[in-house]
Amino acid sequence: MTITKDTVKKISKLSRISTNSKFEEEMIKDLNSIIKFVDQLNELNIDKVEPLSSVVNEKATLREDEVKKMNAKNDILKNSPEDNENYYVVPKVIE
Amino acid sequence: MSDITKLSLVDTVNNIKNKSISCEEVTSAYIKRINKSKKLNCYIESDFEQAINKAKSLDNKSDKNKKLFGAPIAVKDLFCTKNLQTTASSKILKGFKPQYESTVTSKLWDQDAILLGKLNCDEFAMGSSNETSFYGNVINPYRNKNDLVPGGSSGGCSSAVAANLTVSTVGTDTGGSIRQPASFTGIVGLKPTYGRCSRWGIVAFASSLDQAGPMTKNVKDASLMLEVISGYDQKDSTSSKKNSENFLNNLSKNIKGTKIGIPKEYVVEGMSKEIQKLWDKGIEICKSLGCEIINVSLPHTKYALPTYYIIAPAEASSNLARYDGVRYGFRSKGNDLIEMYENTRGEGFGREVKRRILIGTYVLSSGYYDAYYLKAQKVRSMIKKDFDDVYKEVDAILTPTAPSSAFAIGEKTSDPISMYLNDVFTVPTNLAGLPGISIPAGYDQNNLPLGLQVIGRHFDEQKILDISYALEDEIKFKASIEDWWINE
Repeated sequence: MTITKDTVKKISKLSRISTNSKFEEEMIKDLNSIIKFVDQLNELNIDKVEPLSSVVNEKATLREDEVKKMNAKNDILKNSPEDNENYYVVPKVIE
Repeated sequence: MSDITKLSLVDTVNNIKNKSISCEEVTSAYIKRINKSKKLNCYIESDFEQAINKAKSLDNKSDKNKKLFGAPIAVKDLFCTKNLQTTASSKILKGFKPQYESTVTSKLWDQDAILLGKLNCDEFAMGSSNETSFYGNVINPYRNKNDLVPGGSSGGCSSAVAANLTVSTVGTDTGGSIRQPASFTGIVGLKPTYGRCSRWGIVAFASSLDQAGPMTKNVKDASLMLEVISGYDQKDSTSSKKNSENFLNNLSKNIKGTKIGIPKEYVVEGMSKEIQKLWDKGIEICKSLGCEIINVSLPHTKYALPTYYIIAPAEASSNLARYDGVRYGFRSKGNDLIEMYENTRGEGFGREVKRRILIGTYVLSSGYYDAYYLKAQKVRSMIKKDFDDVYKEVDAILTPTAPSSAFAIGEKTSDPISMYLNDVFTVPTNLAGLPGISIPAGYDQNNLPLGLQVIGRHFDEQKILDISYALEDEIKFKASIEDWWINE
């Protein structure tokens, strides 16, 4: 499969990353070389193989669902680029 | 004591405990040296005033029993440190001061270590040379004609330990980010078994692969650091219920009868004769110590890197979705919300990070999921099974850590694949979740350090530490750094 300019535009849109034509040209080159590299996996017969999503062998357990007071609101909001009255401020969403 | 910063972690702590030196003297010695070593660009954030205050208060403390008492330690900027800027070396996290502390670093401070600052790394730990950092590249204290990379992604860590700018450190390793830089700078780097250390409070890159681990001057220090940072954490569901172990006290040079596997697939194209020679030397030493050397096969080794470069970007594209310019860090402008997101991420992420987000988005997108992501997960099964099979007949595996010594800054930045090949020997252990350690094993013809890697069974860190300890004792690697960068 080949990565075209349209592919780069589409996946940039999906990734919410702005582009320009220079970036698109670079990515067409880079991504195609990476896809060619990972296409080596096509040499393998994987029909009867189960996918591995985690190497953890232990059974996951649930913890007690307890309410804990954190009171970190002010510290958390200190990190926001813009906030007002305990809310994050973003560009207008509703017309 | 004139050369305080040359002491190992274990010796530093012992000297403080028996009152040969004070915490304040040690911390001051490091701060002085760090201030004269800006050229290496290891530190991107520091809080020396706080460090000195903590050292003074420790000097007044009567109970000096904690395991890291008075040890001044800087950590990779991937660990969240309470009220101290944490950026993962990315513009997009500029100004972010966490209101919490990562579990691993909490464990260091609980043992009375002193936080010196935050160490440079590749942006979001994506890189093998520390050249993708928003804060600029780190320089290796070893050099030939050119300035060299310190390896990556934990390049600020490796350079800082080698140059005596922190007594030890913790890095993170997703595909080799602890071990490869350790090899490039002549230090010890250990990636523990997946689940050994909590990932809570570490900026996430690829969650099924990321592990924190020690980077130190020697194997004893690595053992001590590992026992401090290991253990179950309720806040990380993938952390193991296994208790930490007394890795340092249990350390033994007696490795007689240990079965060591030599995988034939690790002889790769383009690997220098010097690396092969180093590997042979390691094998000979193991033999002389009474180990049984067994030739083994890990047949799917060549597919580890292609598998990694699907799985890691896929997980990264998902993990990095949180950087939207709303809650923390950098925000750009936009006429509407979507445009603000796009501009923030377009300007806030560097090229390597964007490349990986795009690849990850591509392999997860509708129509390509089965062909790439699912396929890679299946090959990951095969790679893990290779190790499972081999561990039926051996206790550990010995390989080189990296296919070359440190290279020049800028040498490999134009071709992503040539950069990715640095991790050919380290990536398989991450995919299989195994522990691996790199120890300095010799020098190449340019007098640059080279490392050997010992890979163990799941949760058998003690075995690979023992083998490394025995090898270290035989190899007697001596750091050979002149302080050429010091600015008086």
